[in-house]
Amino acid sequence: MALSIIESCVNCWACEPLCPSNAIYEAKPHFLIDSKKCTECEGDFADAQCATICPIEGAILDSFGVELNAPGSLTGIPPAKMEAAMAEIQAR
Amino acid sequence: MELTVLNDTEVEDAAAKGGCSAGSCGSTDDQVSQLPEHIREKVHNHPCYSEDAHHYFARMHVAVAPACNIQCHYCNRKYDCANESRPGVVSELLTPDQAVKKTMAVAANIPQMTVLGIAGPGDPLANPERTFETFRQLSEKAPDIKLCVSTNGLALPDAVEELSKHNIDHVTITINTVDPEIGAKIYPWVFWENRRIRGKKGAKILIEQQQKGLQMLIDKGILVKVNSVLIPGVNDEHLKEVSKIVKSKGAFLHNVMPLIAEAEHGTFYGVMGQRSPSADELQDLQDACAGDMNMMRHCRQCRADAVGLLGEDRGDEFTMDKIENMDIDYTAAMEMRKKVHDGIAEELAEKEAAKKQNIIQIDSSKTYRPVLMAVATSGGGVINQHFGHAREFLVYEASSEGVRFISHRKADQYCEGDVSCGDGETVLQRTIRTLEGCEAVLCSKIGFEPWGMLEEAGVMPNNDYPMEPIEEAIMKHYQKMIDDGLLDEVSDEQHVSA
Repeated sequence: MALSIIESCVNCWACEPLCPSNAIYEAKPHFLIDSKKCTECEGDFADAQCATICPIEGAILDSFGVELNAPGSLTGIPPAKMEAAMAEIQAR
Repeated sequence: MELTVLNDTEVEDAAAKGGCSAGSCGSTDDQVSQLPEHIREKVHNHPCYSEDAHHYFARMHVAVAPACNIQCHYCNRKYDCANESRPGVVSELLTPDQAVKKTMAVAANIPQMTVLGIAGPGDPLANPERTFETFRQLSEKAPDIKLCVSTNGLALPDAVEELSKHNIDHVTITINTVDPEIGAKIYPWVFWENRRIRGKKGAKILIEQQQKGLQMLIDKGILVKVNSVLIPGVNDEHLKEVSKIVKSKGAFLHNVMPLIAEAEHGTFYGVMGQRSPSADELQDLQDACAGDMNMMRHCRQCRADAVGLLGEDRGDEFTMDKIENMDIDYTAAMEMRKKVHDGIAEELAEKEAAKKQNIIQIDSSKTYRPVLMAVATSGGGVINQHFGHAREFLVYEASSEGVRFISHRKADQYCEGDVSCGDGETVLQRTIRTLEGCEAVLCSKIGFEPWGMLEEAGVMPNNDYPMEPIEEAIMKHYQKMIDDGLLDEVSDEQHVSA
């Protein structure tokens, strides 16, 4: 039972000091979670702290590989709208 | 590029050149001249607070604060770009040690640099250890540099005590609203007491913390400037109330900045098609707030790692790999810096005196409507730039009362030689659109084609005043417009300041 950080992480450091288990560490190309230490904050906090402050949708996964912050859940931008905007920019 | 500490003659040269623009703008409206003496003393050489100072003194930001505790709809946390100049964007994150080294290297090489700010790319107070370690070291090693910090305010109340210990006499709080309903349209969430709090509830917490922090800073005697982002249809009218409230609490300056929103920035506002305000809308709001509050109009909305005079960015000269091997004798640098600062003070005093003598007095028995004019300048307070080379235009208002600085407007350079001329016409058209509302543009030179297009757009091009001081040239041109019968006399009742 452990969370993980994937490559969309922008290395903003927000999660690192919050982890009650000191499981998060700086690494290249992005921060990582020590799966042996991670408790998903059980017993410490109601919500997993790293996923609660993380500003990047999809950067933190649960132990099943599911995104804890789904597309659109943090920015409020509907994913279809984001795709359309990016497609429009690509086409320029 | 090899960086060396400049010798005295070079330093004088460097001080004489202005990096950004004009001379002493805002002859009738320098907001600093309206401030009480004890505040003026603190801000007279701060480029971000004084319209006069910003042409001579430089600032820098060090990007030591990557984490943030809220989300704003005008910010995209993924952004990292070398070619973008706007808040929240950086290229290189620094540790406090690196930031201190960089600051001292810049201070030794750009002696006009008087102010070090920490402004992100996240929220400085959401990174208290990195932010305060940087301030602690700099207070000790470089006591001649002013320190300042900007924040969204969420963590501010807890930081006030620490801030007051570090020689920090200026704090900027970004306050976009005092109403949680409106706040919910700007801030989708805040991180508060270990939870992500969304919508109105989150916005309410943020607003309360901002107001509490503002009060605490004022009580401690720390100067507070308030930044607000003008978001049309969201907080535009409301900002008048914000201005009143922050003034009544004791903020000394209010800086209303236009929203920057483009789809390619990937921000909520950009992607959702929220428009930015026009130059007119921004000016109208600033004028409406000006009755209650000292307004700031020369803000360039710079990057969280900008270096140099406002409007310029010399960050490329001071990347970590370039400064790593530099040996800085800061004691010597401090002496040299003092000379430069004294020289600038002298020059400013001379200019102030000359301005009083040379400005044309308009016949005050008659009142004519005010006119907006744009100026192309590469610094030094004179009209000295080719229209096609201008990266920004300074907009002034001429009226029977004199000249006042209104704003700067960014322009794309359309004339870049052979390389990019294919696209030239559309860029030129865009530039002309940014001059909307101006009746004249004063520059040193201008090409045949833009001349015609400007005329057609109702902006009269003019190159009659090359190398002349900006305010003098504007008043001469205003007088000429009166003489040419272009400005009908208006009665006092009709006279509304634009």
